[in-house]
Amino acid sequence: MSEQPGPSTRAGELRPLEFLRWTWRQLTSMRTALVLLLLLALAAVPGSVVPQDGMNSMASSRWRDAHPQLTPIFERLQLFSVYDSVWFSAIYLLLVISLVGCILPRLRVYWRAARAQPPAAPRNLDRLPTSCGWQSAEPAEAVLARAEAALKARRFRVVRRDDAVCAERGYLREAGNLLFHLALLVVLAGVAVGSLWGYQGGAIILVKGGFTNEVTQYDDFAPGSLFDDSRLDPFWFKIRSFDVEWIKSGQGQGMARKFVSHLTYGRSLQDKGTSYDLKVNHPLSIGDTDVFLIGHGYAPVITVTDGDGQVISSEPAIFLPEDKTFLSYGVVKVPDASPTQIGLEGFFYPTYLKVDGDPINVRGDLTNPTLSLLAYTGDLGMDEGKPQSVYVLDKTKLTRLMKPDGKMFRVDLQLGQSIDLPDGAGSVRFDGVERWNKVQISSTPGKDVALGGMVAALIGLIGSLFVRPRRVWVRAVDAPGGSTVTMAVLDRSGNGDPEAELDLLSAQLHTDEGNTEVGHTGDGPETGGPETDWRETGESEKGDSND
Amino acid sequence: MTDTAWGVLSNRAVTAAGVFYFVAFLATLVEWSALRKVPVVGASAAGGASAAVDSAAATATQSAGGGVGAATLTQARPQDQNSTEASGEISDRVAMMGRLGFLLTLLGLGAHGLALLGRGMAADPHRVPWGNMYEFTLSGTFFVTLTYCVTRTRMKLSFLAPVVLGFVLSTLMAAVIWLYAPVAPLTEALNSPWLVIHVVSAVIATGAFTIGGMTSVLYLLKERYGNGRGYLGRLPDLRSLDLISYRMHAFGFPVWTFAVLITGPIWAHQAWSRYWNWDPKEVWAFITWVVYAAYLHARATAGWKGRAAAYVALVGMATLWFNFIGVNFFASNSMHSYAAPAPRAAVVVASGPSSVDLSAD
Repeated sequence: MSEQPGPSTRAGELRPLEFLRWTWRQLTSMRTALVLLLLLALAAVPGSVVPQDGMNSMASSRWRDAHPQLTPIFERLQLFSVYDSVWFSAIYLLLVISLVGCILPRLRVYWRAARAQPPAAPRNLDRLPTSCGWQSAEPAEAVLARAEAALKARRFRVVRRDDAVCAERGYLREAGNLLFHLALLVVLAGVAVGSLWGYQGGAIILVKGGFTNEVTQYDDFAPGSLFDDSRLDPFWFKIRSFDVEWIKSGQGQGMARKFVSHLTYGRSLQDKGTSYDLKVNHPLSIGDTDVFLIGHGYAPVITVTDGDGQVISSEPAIFLPEDKTFLSYGVVKVPDASPTQIGLEGFFYPTYLKVDGDPINVRGDLTNPTLSLLAYTGDLGMDEGKPQSVYVLDKTKLTRLMKPDGKMFRVDLQLGQSIDLPDGAGSVRFDGVERWNKVQISSTPGKDVALGGMVAALIGLIGSLFVRPRRVWVRAVDAPGGSTVTMAVLDRSGNGDPEAELDLLSAQLHTDEGNTEVGHTGDGPETGGPETDWRETGESEKGDSND
Repeated sequence: MTDTAWGVLSNRAVTAAGVFYFVAFLATLVEWSALRKVPVVGASAAGGASAAVDSAAATATQSAGGGVGAATLTQARPQDQNSTEASGEISDRVAMMGRLGFLLTLLGLGAHGLALLGRGMAADPHRVPWGNMYEFTLSGTFFVTLTYCVTRTRMKLSFLAPVVLGFVLSTLMAAVIWLYAPVAPLTEALNSPWLVIHVVSAVIATGAFTIGGMTSVLYLLKERYGNGRGYLGRLPDLRSLDLISYRMHAFGFPVWTFAVLITGPIWAHQAWSRYWNWDPKEVWAFITWVVYAAYLHARATAGWKGRAAAYVALVGMATLWFNFIGVNFFASNSMHSYAAPAPRAAVVVASGPSSVDLSAD
């Protein structure tokens, strides 16, 4: 701060405007940008250690259950949603501000620099770190003319000033650098648009079932903060059939592959429908929305007859796979049963086998479908109006059914079998197995903007890394018997190889001469000694700051 | 050939590659230890050192194709007649060992490539060999060696031989011992042309970053202990080491950007419905990207060279390899975990249907 502090301020004290300017300078300084970058990297770490709500809500709720003491602290620190947290946002917003503050002045500087002529040659070229000189038999004019031609051929911007040729190239480095930074802003804008106006939802749909794109049809729905329902494209689809191939032997035995969900979809309710094969890695795009197949599983059809002998429930119940073999867990709730409500909970084995008395599931395909459920009666807790997960049985007011002799009772059923519940609560029959698909539906506006921005950033990056700006000066002064030539290369990237450039150019100037050999020509007084070729190479000057 | 035969061939080729690399490693050790008898002149000789050459050593240099030994020998005191003769003899041996080491490295590389080919051909249907961590590690080390072999002459990297061979050898061993998985078809989410583009670019960048990281380590070691006549004393001068590091990183960074921030998101969008999930592997790839961005940024603008830059490069290499292997072990919920399936207890909690991803195996 060069300004004199006014009489009302003490030494070292900054007036508000000065303080603002100081803050701005600090924020937009390169060092701050660097620190912010490293901070960003550091701040991203916790999100990979602590399960995140938005990514894997199951894992994060399991984590919370396992760490009751840490949970409140972590919640306060927003460690379950690191990437939306105040502190993470603060870092990247500061980075954006720093970026803008750094780019704007550079754009102006670049605008001028890009049209400027190469700067004049320093008086003593031989003092530059990469330079050389020799005696030429030709007059200065001829040497300079050839230097000019050679540099132009190598696509330098060349200007002749008095006794020197001044040349510069590599203007695109800074352009690439600016493009990279601007493109990053475009990427951020694209990402922001997507997270504000986009949405993401999942639904489990039975094969042969259908879906209409309305919020109520989703099992989970995560809209962006500026999203409103009118943005939902009015499409529908039906799953006609679902194919899956189970590898029965050899490599990857038991793996499922080639999932194909045969759909019929329409773009509007009036649309007759088109068919489409939905596969993993092969989403269906309808307008702005994409439909992805991300999971599948079984839905055993379980018929429950209540104590009064009435069939209360006979629907496919969605069971969620627990592991690769599709051992699946599920819940059946029968609130309308009388005299008492019935709840069932347990496992579905697609290929059941008893090994040493333990039930195991061998494979994922339906070779020996078997149910093994525990039965409960009492109050399912569904009348209180509190929303309940269909995959969880609230057992607080339920009692487990036991055999009359007090031994454990389990509903173990193979396909087509039925069993009576104890205490005359009713009976359960296993009628069949259907399949379901999990589809993810999302609309991410701005994704093409983000992608385009990233591609532009890459192009800019390549320019800023591989274009090497450098300046060349060649000076020739008439001397007895020809001329004295001095030449220097200045590498402005700080990482270039100016010696190579110097060698190449001086060789070009030498060989074209034909008559003059390097180092054997002049023994002029100013150079002294038989070796007139001198060169200097060393630590090249620290690259110009680009900011 | 049957699938099984290809699988067996792949395993044998890995062994062969290991043996070749090991013998090559021994050869380079002999090469370097033979050099101990030769004095180092002006280890810290500035930048463009090298021109003045004793003719015997010069021929050795050429015949070794820029081999280390010979190259360093050129710095031997030419005026000392005895030493020159002795070093002429040594230089022959050194040059031969250097050549032998490189030849064996090339053989190892060939066997290594064959092992990858075998993994791909052994699968039914045939596929690219990038289905699990064993194969990723096999490819990663392959590209480290390949990068070294390709740039060896142009960037005068022969001094890196012991480091590269030591690294590749130990990583290969770790892969065979801890990561080996039988050949299996690709999981459904991997079955995409993007697998080729995404993984190849990520692995190429990994190769370049790793070589750059090695020269950064050597830079730091030489800076601190490099005055002796041992290995460190004979490395290229600090400035050259720094420049090699920079070039490797400058090459790796755009490729990494392409892999992590362009092809990765495109593929993630197709397979998982979101182009960026903050999945642990993505987080660490992003961290690696940011660290290397900081490295280049620091060099370009803050003028950080040498030691400061080398430290940032080391942080980058740590995050890179942690991301490559470590994440798969410590973050079991990663969608990128293609290691052996973690047996999940049949936990009776399900707050939502989020556990049914086809890709999560």
